[in-house]
Amino acid sequence: MSYHNPPTTPRKSAVFDDYTLSEIRRAAQTGIYDIRGAGAKRKVPHFDDLLFLGASISRYPLEGYREKCSTAVTLGTRFAKKPIELKIPITIAGMSFGALSAHAKEALGRGASIAGTSTTTGDGGMTPEERGQSKTLIYQYLPSRYGMNPDDLRRADAIEVVVGQGAKPGGGGMLLGQKISDRVAEMRNLPKGIDQRSACRHPDWTGPDDLEIKIQEIREITDWQKPIYVKIGGTRPYYDVALAVKAGADVVVLDGMQGGTAATQEVFIENVGLPTLACIRPAVQALQDLDMHRKVQLIVSGGIRNGADVAKALALGADAVAIGIAALVALGDNDPQWEGEYEKLGTTAGAYDDWHEGRDPAGITTQDPELMARFDPVKGGRRLANYLKVMTLEVQTIARACGHNHIHNLEPEDLCALTLEAAAMARVPLAGTGWIPGQGTGGF
Amino acid sequence: MDGSIGTKQTIDLAKAPLRELNQDLHRQTDGSNDKVWEVLNPMGFHSIAVGIDAPIEVEIRGNVGYYCAGMNKKAYVTVHGSAGPGVAENMMSGTVRIKGDASQYAGATGRGGLLVIEGNASSRCGVSMKGIDIVVKGNIGHMSAFMAQSGHLVVLGDAGDALGDSIYEAKLFVRGKVKSLGADCIEKEMRPEHHEALGKLLEKAGITDVKTSEFKRYGSARKLYNFNIDNADAY
Repeated sequence: MSYHNPPTTPRKSAVFDDYTLSEIRRAAQTGIYDIRGAGAKRKVPHFDDLLFLGASISRYPLEGYREKCSTAVTLGTRFAKKPIELKIPITIAGMSFGALSAHAKEALGRGASIAGTSTTTGDGGMTPEERGQSKTLIYQYLPSRYGMNPDDLRRADAIEVVVGQGAKPGGGGMLLGQKISDRVAEMRNLPKGIDQRSACRHPDWTGPDDLEIKIQEIREITDWQKPIYVKIGGTRPYYDVALAVKAGADVVVLDGMQGGTAATQEVFIENVGLPTLACIRPAVQALQDLDMHRKVQLIVSGGIRNGADVAKALALGADAVAIGIAALVALGDNDPQWEGEYEKLGTTAGAYDDWHEGRDPAGITTQDPELMARFDPVKGGRRLANYLKVMTLEVQTIARACGHNHIHNLEPEDLCALTLEAAAMARVPLAGTGWIPGQGTGGF
Repeated sequence: MDGSIGTKQTIDLAKAPLRELNQDLHRQTDGSNDKVWEVLNPMGFHSIAVGIDAPIEVEIRGNVGYYCAGMNKKAYVTVHGSAGPGVAENMMSGTVRIKGDASQYAGATGRGGLLVIEGNASSRCGVSMKGIDIVVKGNIGHMSAFMAQSGHLVVLGDAGDALGDSIYEAKLFVRGKVKSLGADCIEKEMRPEHHEALGKLLEKAGITDVKTSEFKRYGSARKLYNFNIDNADAY
C-alpha cells in the first residue's frame, strides 16, 4: 500500500521571508552590502503604541480655537547670548547639500521660515540658497568638516555638533561618486566623481572631556552668541545626554533609529541603535537628575510624522522635535505621481530609498540638473509650511483636550500605552491599568 | 609680516579673561591699527587666539592648550612654546608657527594657510587636511594625514605608522623614515614640479638648510576612490 501525502498550502519561512531571500541573492550577485537612504523600516515600538487619555472629571479641557494653547519654544537658554526663538516645536533636521539638491535645501528653508521654525545644514556645508531662505538656520559641525569655515559659523543662528545620528550611531557616511557634481566637489575640497566618505568621529577630539573643550572653542570663535546643540544617535541616551550636558551643550538633539540618513548600510540602519520611543525617558531622566530639564532643551527626532507624534514626544519630556523624512515627503519625495519612474528603478512610490544614487524622480535627492528642474523650491516650501502648520494644529488640539494651555505642559500622566513594550519604554501605564512594566529594575 | 607698523597690545592672561582676549582679536579688521598683539601667561589655556579674521600678528609667550589659533584667517600667530591638541584646526589662511612641539591633530581639517611646527608633532598631524600646508621640522606621529584631502604635509624628520591612510589628493613629503604607509598611500615619483612646490614651502617656512632631493613624496594610489568589494581588505 502506497503512502499518500496529502498536499498542503505552500508555506514560506518567517525567518527566510521574501525580502531576506532577495537580499541573499542580491549580495551573492553583487558582492557588496546594500546601501540605502532613510531610517529603520522594521516595526519597532513607536508613538502609535501610545494614547492620550484626554480630559475628564479630574481635568478640564480647553476650548479649541478659543482658549490659547501656546506653541512657542525657546532653545539655547543655558549659555548663549542669543537663544533661538521658534513659533512651533517642530524643527527641520540636518540634511546635506549633496544628498539633497540646492533647490530642496532652499525649499526646506522657505517652508521652515514661513512656519516660524528652524532648518539645519548637513554634511556639505552651508549654501547661500539655504542661508538666504532660512530665517533661523542651524549649522552642523560634523566629523568630515566639509565646507566648514568661521564665516558660516558666524552666519548661523546656532551650531549643532553632530556626534551621531539615529540611523547609524557609530557610523560615518558615504556620498557616492555619481552625486558629486562640480559644486558639491568644490564645497567638499575633493575631486569630482569619487566616493566621499564622511568620517564616523571627529578628527580633533575624542570623548566627553575633549568635547567640552571643543564646545568652548566654538563659543570663543562665535563670542558666546550662538546656542550650541549636541546631536547624538539613540544608543545610551541616559549617559550620552548627561555627558553632553556636562560638556556644556545648550541643547541636546536625540535621534532614534527611525531617523533618516542619506546613505548607509541597510544592516546598520536596521540593527544598530534604539527606537525613538526607548530614548526619550532615559534622556529626560538624565536632564532631571542633573536639574537641567527645560534648562538644556531636548529635541527628539526619528519617525515623527504627525501632530500626535509631536505631542507624545513632548509629553514624554522633549522640548521640541525634528523631522527629516517627513519633511522630504512633504516636499514631494516618494510621491505616487512619479510611480512609472519608480517602477523603472525597480521600486514603488513609498518604498524608494536609493537616495544616494542620485536618480530621484521627484528631483529632491539628486544633483542631476534635469531631475532637479522638476522640483520648484517655492511650491515645495509652501507644501512644507502647510504640513508644519497642520502638525502644530494637531498638537494644540491634543494639548487642549488634555487641558493644557502650553504644549510644554503635556506630561507623561496624559498618556497610556497599548503594549507592554511601549509601556516599559515610555514609562507610562499599560492602558486600563496602573502598571508600568520595567520600573524598579534600574539601569538604562 | 611686518609687525613693526601700528601699535602693540599686550594681554596678560593671568589678569585678563580669555574671552576678552578673543573678543578683542575678533574686533580687528584689515585696517586695524593694533597690528601686534602679545599674549603673556597663556598657561596652557585652551582656545587662545581662535577665530581671528585680520592680518595681525599674535605672539604667545608660553605653552598653549587645545585648539590654539583654530580657524585662523589672515593672522600670523606664533607660539613661543608648545601647543596642545588641534593647533590651527580648520585654519583658513595666514600663518601659525609653533616654536616647540605640537600635540595630536595639528592642522586638522585646515583649509589654507601655513602651519610650521619647529619641534615634533604627535599623532594625526594633518588629519583630514583640506588645503593647508604643514611643515614639521621634527618627527610626526602615527596616522598622520589620515583622509588628507588636499594641501601639503612636509616632514623633515620621521613619520610614524600608517602615514596617509585613506588619503585623497594631499601631497606628503618626508625626509626621514616612514614607519609604515596607511591604506591606499604609496610612494610617488618626485617630479620637477614637486621639487619646485616643496622648495617654495620650505622657503616660506624659513628652512634653508635642507635640499628637496632629500625628500620622498607620498600620495594616493587612488584605488579606494570608488568602492570595490575586491578591495574590502583595505577598508
